[in-house]
Formats: sequence, C-alpha cells, structure tokens
Amino acid sequence: MEAVIDVAVEWVFVCKTDDIPQNGGGCVKVGDEQIALYNFSRRGEWYATQNLCPHKQQMVLSRGMIGSTGDTCEPKVACPFHKKTFSLLSGECLTGEEYQLKTYPVKVEGDKVYVGIE
Amino acid sequence: MNTSQQDLKTVVVVGNGMVGYKFCEKLLAKTSAFNIVVFGEEPRHAYDRVHLSEYFNGKSADDLSMSHLGWYSENNIALHLGDTITEINRSEKVIHSLKGVLQPYDYLVLATGSSAFVPDIPGVEKDGVFVYRTIEDLDMIQNYARAARKGAVLGGGLLGLEAAKALIDLGLEETHVIEFAPRLMPRQIDSAGSAMLQAKLETLDLKVHMNKSTSSILGEGNIKGLQFADDTSLEVDMLVISAGIRPRDELAKLAGLETGTRGGIVVNQKMQTSDDSIFAIGECALYDGMIYGLVAPGYEMAEVVAAHLCAGERTFNGYDMSTKLKLIGVDVASFGDPFVTEPDSRSIVFEDSHKGVYKRINISNDGKYLLGGVLIGDADAYNILLQTVNNNILLPPNPEDLILGSRGGEASAGAGVVTLPDEALICSCEAVSKGDICGAVTDLNVTTVEGMKKCNKAGTGCGGCVPLVKDLIHETLKANGTYIKNIVCEHFDYSRQELFDLMKLNKIKTYDAALDHFGKGDGCELCKPTVASILASLWNDVIVKQHTIQDSNDRYLANIQKGGTYSVVPRIPGGEITPDKLIVIGQVAKKYNLYTKITGGQRIDLFGAHLSDLPDIWSELIDAGFESGHAYGKALRTVKSCVGSTWCRFGLHDSVSFAIEIEERYRGIRAPHKIKGGVSGCVRECAEAQSKDFGVIATEKGWNLYVAGNGGSKPQHGQLLATDIDKETCIKYLDRFLMFYINTADSLTRTATWLNKMEGGLSYLKNVVVNDSLGINAQLEAEMQGLVDSYHCEWKEAVENPDLRKQFAHFVNAPKEKDPHVAFDTMREQVKAKEW
Repeated sequence: MEAVIDVAVEWVFVCKTDDIPQNGGGCVKVGDEQIALYNFSRRGEWYATQNLCPHKQQMVLSRGMIGSTGDTCEPKVACPFHKKTFSLLSGECLTGEEYQLKTYPVKVEGDKVYVGIE
Repeated sequence: MNTSQQDLKTVVVVGNGMVGYKFCEKLLAKTSAFNIVVFGEEPRHAYDRVHLSEYFNGKSADDLSMSHLGWYSENNIALHLGDTITEINRSEKVIHSLKGVLQPYDYLVLATGSSAFVPDIPGVEKDGVFVYRTIEDLDMIQNYARAARKGAVLGGGLLGLEAAKALIDLGLEETHVIEFAPRLMPRQIDSAGSAMLQAKLETLDLKVHMNKSTSSILGEGNIKGLQFADDTSLEVDMLVISAGIRPRDELAKLAGLETGTRGGIVVNQKMQTSDDSIFAIGECALYDGMIYGLVAPGYEMAEVVAAHLCAGERTFNGYDMSTKLKLIGVDVASFGDPFVTEPDSRSIVFEDSHKGVYKRINISNDGKYLLGGVLIGDADAYNILLQTVNNNILLPPNPEDLILGSRGGEASAGAGVVTLPDEALICSCEAVSKGDICGAVTDLNVTTVEGMKKCNKAGTGCGGCVPLVKDLIHETLKANGTYIKNIVCEHFDYSRQELFDLMKLNKIKTYDAALDHFGKGDGCELCKPTVASILASLWNDVIVKQHTIQDSNDRYLANIQKGGTYSVVPRIPGGEITPDKLIVIGQVAKKYNLYTKITGGQRIDLFGAHLSDLPDIWSELIDAGFESGHAYGKALRTVKSCVGSTWCRFGLHDSVSFAIEIEERYRGIRAPHKIKGGVSGCVRECAEAQSKDFGVIATEKGWNLYVAGNGGSKPQHGQLLATDIDKETCIKYLDRFLMFYINTADSLTRTATWLNKMEGGLSYLKNVVVNDSLGINAQLEAEMQGLVDSYHCEWKEAVENPDLRKQFAHFVNAPKEKDPHVAFDTMREQVKAKEW
C-alpha cells in the first residue's frame, strides 16, 4: 500500500502489529507528535493520520470507528465526538466540510510497524 | 452572458432587512442581468427579525444573519451598510445618501420596512424606555436590564408578547404586559382564546393587565413607573413599547410618491408605486389599503417584483394572514377568518381550562366548509386546518373531529395530506405548493426533507410546514410504489429488525461474520454500533471483546466528554445508597481529581477521568461493591424512585424496593436506544415515572403500568398499558414490552417514537403484550430471562482481564503516559473541561 513518496521520509518504529486492535486504531507518540495508526486488517492495510480532529481540536481520532464508503470503498475514520468522517487515503473530510487531516505513510516489516515522518 | 457590466441595468434596493435580502436572492435566482446595489441603514447584514427574541436565548447576531459574510460580494452586489438614503431624485433617476453617495438607478426597490410606533405619552423620552425592533435595541435593553428588577411591555400583540418573553429570559423578577384593548393579540384571536392565553401566560409568571390606558410615564431622568387613566399605577424600572408598527414611508413621501393617510407607500398588483420604475415591498408597502406585517407576504411581494423585472407576469393579490407561533412556550394559531360569527357561520368550540387548551373552528352554515379558527395551547392541527380553509376542502361528516381528534374507532378524521389539491400552498414562506413537492419526489427523486430544502427551499423559512412536507414525501413515495424501508446503512440493505432476525436465526456472533453473510464493503460508524447492539441483545457477551465496533462511549465503557476525558457512573439502583458507599465515591473522586455531579437519574457522575485511569478507578469502585451503571450504553440506565411507603406518609407501596428489583432485573440489557424507568409510591408521582420508557405507579389495589414516555427533546407522557396489576404481572408485561421493543425497533429509536410509529399504536401494543395476539409472549419472556441470567458487570470483566485492560491507554507505545493535550479549568472549587 506504500504510495510513491517524493519527499525523503524517516521511518520511525512506533509499535508492534498486535498493539493496534484489528479493524481499529491506536495512538502512537513520535516525539511530541500524536499520530493515529489504523490497522485495517479486513483489507490487510495500515493507515496513519494526525490524531487531532480538526473540528473541535480534540486528540481522539485513534479512538474512532473505521470503515469504508462509496463504490470505491474509500477507507475512512469517524471521529468519536461528532462523527465527522475523513478519508484515510487523502485526509479529506468526507462529511462536506473543509477540514484536512495530515496523513503519514506506514510500513510493516515482520511484526514491526513504522511510520514515515518528513 | 456577453453583456459588459456597463450595459447592465441597475437595480437599487433601499433597505437591507429580511424582505430586501430575499428580493436580492430571488432576483439572482432568475437572472444575472442586473447590477444590484443595496443600501442598509443598520450597521449589519440582513438578519432574521422574526426570531429576534432568540438573541436573548444565546443566539448571536451572526446566528441570526440571513447569509454568510461573503454572500454579497460573491454575488457582485454592492452593499452600503450604515448609510441612510435621504433623497430620491425621480427626474434624474438618482438617489442621495447621508454619507454623500450619488447612486443612479434604472429600477428602485423600497424595502424600508417599518419602525416601532411610539404613542404620544408624556415621559416616553425617559431613560429605561425602549422599543423592540433591531439588534441595537436589544443590546440596549440587555444592558439596562442588568440593573432592573421589574419590567413592563406596552402592547399585548404578537410582538409585545415576544418582547415580554425577552424580558423573562433576561431574568427580570417581574414582567408585566399592558394592553389597551380588552384582549391579547386582538388582531389574531377572539376573547375566549385571549382569556385562555392569559391564564396560561400567568402560570408562567407573566402579569397581564387588560383595558389599561397609560396616561404618563413616571420618574425623573429614569422611568420609575406607569400611571394609568383609571388612577392606578404600576412601579417598573424599564418599559418596552410594542404598540404597533409605522411603515417607513418618509423617503417616498419626500419624493412625492403616493402614500396612505395612515402611512404606507401605495402600490399596485405589481408592487409599483405611483412612479412605475419605483417599487415598494414588505412592511412599507400599502396594498389595497392594508399593510402586511408578516414576513411571508413580504417574500411574496419580493417575488412579484423580481418576476416583473424579468418580464414575468406574477401579481400580488393580497395574502393569507394566518399564523402559528409559540409565544413563551404556548402554541397560538389563527387562520382563515377567526372572528366570523352567527348568522354568517357556525362555530365549534372546545375548551379545556385544566390543560389550557382552546380551539375554535368556524364552519359554513351548510356545514360543508371550514372558514377559519383559533387554536391556543395545542396547534398541532394548524397546518391541515389551514389547508382545509385555503383549498375549500369538503369537511368530514363530524367536523368536530378536526379539533377533538377521532374518538372511538381506528379511522382518523378526514382531510389528510393526500386529499389536498396540487395547488395547495404548503410552504407559504417560500411559496412551494403540494404539486411542487410531489413533483420533486416523483421526477427528481427527492426523498428527504433535507433534499427538499435544497431542491425548492420548502421548509427553510419558519419551518412550520416541515411535518407536512415530510408526510407528503412519504405519501408520494408510497403512492409511487416505492417500498420504504429504513435500511441500516450503505453496507447492510436490511432494516434493523430484519438484520436482528437474520443474525438470530443464523446464530451470528461477530461483526465480521454479519458483514460477510449479510453485508458488503468494510462497514462504517452506522452499522458497526447497530450490529454491536444486536449482538449484545441476542447473546449478551462482554461487549469490549469486540471493542472496535462499539460506539464512542461503549468502546471504553465510559462517556467521552469535552477534552477527551471520560465520565464514570456507578450503578445506584433506585437511587438508594449507603453512607459508606457515598464516602467511597468521594474518596475516588478526590484521588483522581474528578468533578462530581448528581445526575437526573438519581446517581452520581464523576467527570474528567483520563482514559488510562479508568481501570484503576473501577477497581476501587468494584472493591467497594459497585458495578457498572451502563450510563455509556444504549441500555437500561436507571429506575428512578420516590421514597415510597417506607417513610412517606402518602406512600401506598414500597416503591424503592420495587425500583431496585426492576433495575437489577434489566441492568446491562442493551436495546436500540437507552431505556429509563421510574416507580412512584403514589399518584403524586414524585419519581416522574410517566416521563420514562416505562413507569410504575402505586394504586390502592396494586400498580399501574405506563409505557413509552419520554423526556428529552420531544417530551411525551407514557401511555397506560395496565391498571391495578400485581408485581409479578407487572414484571411479566415489562419483560414482554421491552423484548418486543428490542426485537422490532429501528436503531436509535426510543420507545416513545417506536410506539408513535407503530400501526395501531397503544391498542396494538396492548394486544400483543397483554392478550398475546401474536402468540409470541412465551418466547419474549424466555428471551428476556436469558438476558437476565447472563448478566455480568462488564467493568469487572474488563479490569480482571489483562488483555481487555490493556485497551485503556492513550498511547499504545507509552501506556503509562497521559494525553498532555487534556486540560482543565476550575469552577466552584472543582475541575471543568477547557472550552473547545
């Protein structure tokens, strides 16, 4: 699932694969940054976004439910507060508001999960 | 459009109120072939004057604004705010503003509105005397009210009562309404209606004085009181005058346009003044000797002018002044001709002074047609009655059913939405007919009220027609043969009830299995909690074993609060708690720095817990004998009780013991929505059981059982299911009722809504639960017993199981660290969440 990445990223080891629940998320700490990491095991995919929901500035996206929407099965996460949903691919808000999440590349080697930091 | 800006004709709008704004909106919707220039005297964008009193209810000036900030520039409208037009030069076709702007026009639209009429009473110039018209007036009233104790409103009309509501909201100790006429709202309602309204308002602490002529305003610099012509007086600190409106026609008069003797700019059917390139719309326009002081006719006038400028043929032919509103929480409606009496008509009057309801309908002498009427206290029937008048719909044989409801028999009184003709005006604010709405459903596939609002703006004005719009959409879909089913979401093409049955029959135990068997895609935040709830209702396993499909609160067995912390509610059955347990709650709250508050359900809520502290907090609570209160779940919450016969001198039976027994029986049971119960020890009903999903009230002979009551946003009293039954029968009926609800309701539907939607209503439910008409009661009871027997405290399971306990960490790679983002403020010596 790694997209072609233009910018050189530093791969930071964040946790083991079984630290993040299946088909759910968890929050990892990288320096002072909070990153929401999602284990989309139903599709064998991993995603990472900022943990902060831009709607009310709450550090909670990792606690949201994930799922998909539309004919293309766009993967998404729903904020636990007001159920604003965001694409896990683009970080775009899918509930019609102009919010944008930062997304991060993720790679898994063995049972180790790495997040790419610019 | 190839025309350059210079070639466009210029339309200048004087006045930036609701009608002026609406005119711009309507013109833009038709064409972009005009330069539009708007002058507004007030410093702000057009705002919603109809809902002005909500300004004191916490709405801001921005909330009341008719458009967003960039609307005028986005639409190329030149907007001059805070600038008054002083002169119209008709021969040069140019207007002059106070700030010195010279603006030429091809067409001029006067939407200058009205000002408050201030009667010539000695002393009106004193400080503390206000009018109620603009946001600036409201700001001044609000400032002055801080130091005032007693206020009065001069004028008992519609606006006067609105103003009185505003004074009540500002927290004045006493609010008086002074009316010169012998009745309130003299233009809309009759004497009997006025008397009922007055009685109702007086129970809300409003003091109403009728037949009072104010002769002077007392006081030196500031108002101190009112002197009346009958030699009485009233001490007040402030006065709001709302004695009617005066059309703002001074500019028109100065320009030599024809005006009425009592004010208003004379217009014809095209809203043209005596100068045919000048139009007047809204409250400044005088059509056929009448000023139309409501917003809907103003919008219609705006439409007429916009159409005319685009070479349309629309004309204004007067307007129905029927109105429905909520005054200080009391429904008031008046429609058609509310005053017509014998010998021209016959009236049917219903009066219930106990509930404060007055209804009058005037029908033609032959009993065939409805002419008009008045509704006070309950105006639910307004929309359909108005349609019946406006469309000359034949009355049913017993027209009294229209205001009394059908008594006996299942059939409802005639005149449903289906019988309306296509031209029936449903949304009068936006002039949308029944035909427009049904057409949008059939031809454009609009299936929701939201969609309809976007499509033709129906329901976007006052919102009063929304229930009718909804019914029309529903009926049209039905008539078109569309099968209406509330499916769970895009991933499951089943209703909740269907999915429930499928999962039961196929013994589905996990979300993934449900999705694989009956769904598609990867699921979402709608189907996951729905399936999670069904799984819990069917098998009652520990929900956090599948924690990622649980809704926000269920996922961490606590209620997520502002800032991302959680609140904790231990179960306190029936609201009974020992001193020792109270002490434990206090100690835990102190140790973890939690805010404590008594809930509405007679328990104690502890707020501000960090996610990672939750298992430790619960370990301590469980050690002290507490268990989960399921305040986070769509589950049984509490069974509230009064103290009952153990202490109370009126108590008939032991309501506390029964409440505890019921709460412990149904604790932890998950349902389509939360469930609350109550048990009262006598008819005084201190436990408020009739506002709960189920309520039990002691009688001399046993217990009365009420079901499907509701507090919340749409309060509703429970309905009586059984009388004078013993405890065992009561439990049996409750088992069946709750299980029937769990089996059949849509997701997130409370029992009240579920019963409201049930065909046959209470009599059907009674037949199922009491008479076993479906033959399912043995099964319902067995299912309920299964749930009761498999009860577990899910917090006990969570703290004792290391794998489950691990889930409660903010950082998976630093489980001991708390979220540094969490922050608190202090209020009254406790913590509170930082404002977001």
